[in-house]
Amino acid sequence: MKGMTLIVKVITRLIAGYVFLFGVYIVLHGHLTPGGGFAGGVIIAASFILLILAFGSEELRERLGYTYSSIFESIGGLLFLFTALFGLFLGYWFFFNFLPKGKPLALLSSGIIPVCNIAIGIKVGAGLFAIFLALAATKYIMKE
Amino acid sequence: MIELYILLVVMFGAGIVSVAIKDLLASAIAMGVVGFSLAIIFILVGAPDLAIVQIVVEILTVVIFTAVLLRSTHIDETLESPPAVFPTVTFILFAILFMVFFVSALREFPVFGNPVMKVGNEYIKRAIAEVRAANVVAAVILDYRGYDTLGEATVLFTSVIGVLTILRRIGKR
Amino acid sequence: MIPFILPVLLFLVGLYAMVAKRNIIKIAIGFCLMEYAVNCLFALIGYKNGGIPPIFTKVPFPEASRLFVDPIPQALVLTAIVIGLGTTALLLAIALRVYEKYQTFDVSKIRRLKG
Repeated sequence: MKGMTLIVKVITRLIAGYVFLFGVYIVLHGHLTPGGGFAGGVIIAASFILLILAFGSEELRERLGYTYSSIFESIGGLLFLFTALFGLFLGYWFFFNFLPKGKPLALLSSGIIPVCNIAIGIKVGAGLFAIFLALAATKYIMKE
Repeated sequence: MIELYILLVVMFGAGIVSVAIKDLLASAIAMGVVGFSLAIIFILVGAPDLAIVQIVVEILTVVIFTAVLLRSTHIDETLESPPAVFPTVTFILFAILFMVFFVSALREFPVFGNPVMKVGNEYIKRAIAEVRAANVVAAVILDYRGYDTLGEATVLFTSVIGVLTILRRIGKR
Repeated sequence: MIPFILPVLLFLVGLYAMVAKRNIIKIAIGFCLMEYAVNCLFALIGYKNGGIPPIFTKVPFPEASRLFVDPIPQALVLTAIVIGLGTTALLLAIALRVYEKYQTFDVSKIRRLKG
């Protein structure tokens, strides 16, 4: 798909970084304010989709987009699974909350919840970006 | 709560418009109206977590719908022939049966505005003492009911794999 | 009882679109409407009159049990919204493939398996 006009390109260059930062903020503060892993992950995916929509997909190198999306999605999924399995290795049950729980309303508190939020945020963001690339930005070449 | 009723009626009206209209781009936009009014309903009911997720998911859904429609046609030609008789009659019979059962089940529901909250009160009492998380919904989905979140991560992973397999794409556009 | 009946009517509209329409995009729209209706019904069940969102802003908060709305339906709906997005994306991928092979969205014209 082609890109958009010059005004959209200039504004996107200024704004895309802030949208990504906002998504990271919502992921990290998931245990204090509304939001959490899923909302932040979708906002992170939206910042990348904004870049592709504004600049067109001719500037994208296909292999790079798919390769990095798959790598990050697998990293997110495996991190979530190993955090859950770690409680089993320690001798307690699955999903045991083993990290120290600090004071409430602090940023580093409530055990494994921030770690799980980060893992889910990476996974959802990369996965939705891969879905968008496959549906909207690439072309199928028929093998005859 | 007059705003709640107005938004519910708007949601229902936009749903009917998006199903019956002939132009497919207009149906996608009407679906966007349904999604955004649902997000405002979530805010009025006291669920800001759900409102954030619903807004961003709705934006992505409308973008995906429009992208798919722009790569193919956006006029619906099947409305030129009359609707098939057998599915419509079956649907009307099923709808009457369903509404009869639902209205009789509605008497067992708690009154709107007074939920039962037997398990919810236990979670609220223990969220600060055991988990030390200020957001009770995050404590519920990641500590008390972590299995459901694991299942959901698996379903999302499967759907991404499914989309990438169905649309094997090579090359640039 | 009125706020519980309107999402069910939306559910029936979505079911009609899935059953009696012949265009694949209309079937996908019906599916999405069914998802939204069920999520709305769940979120309306947990509402408490004069309630506030279940987030502690100061610790301790002794009126919490009296003022918070129910957190359990919110946890269930949060999962359901994201799963709905995944399912919609898969359905649209199938629709796009069907269009690329048969040049139409009509389900009554798709007969032979090609290719």
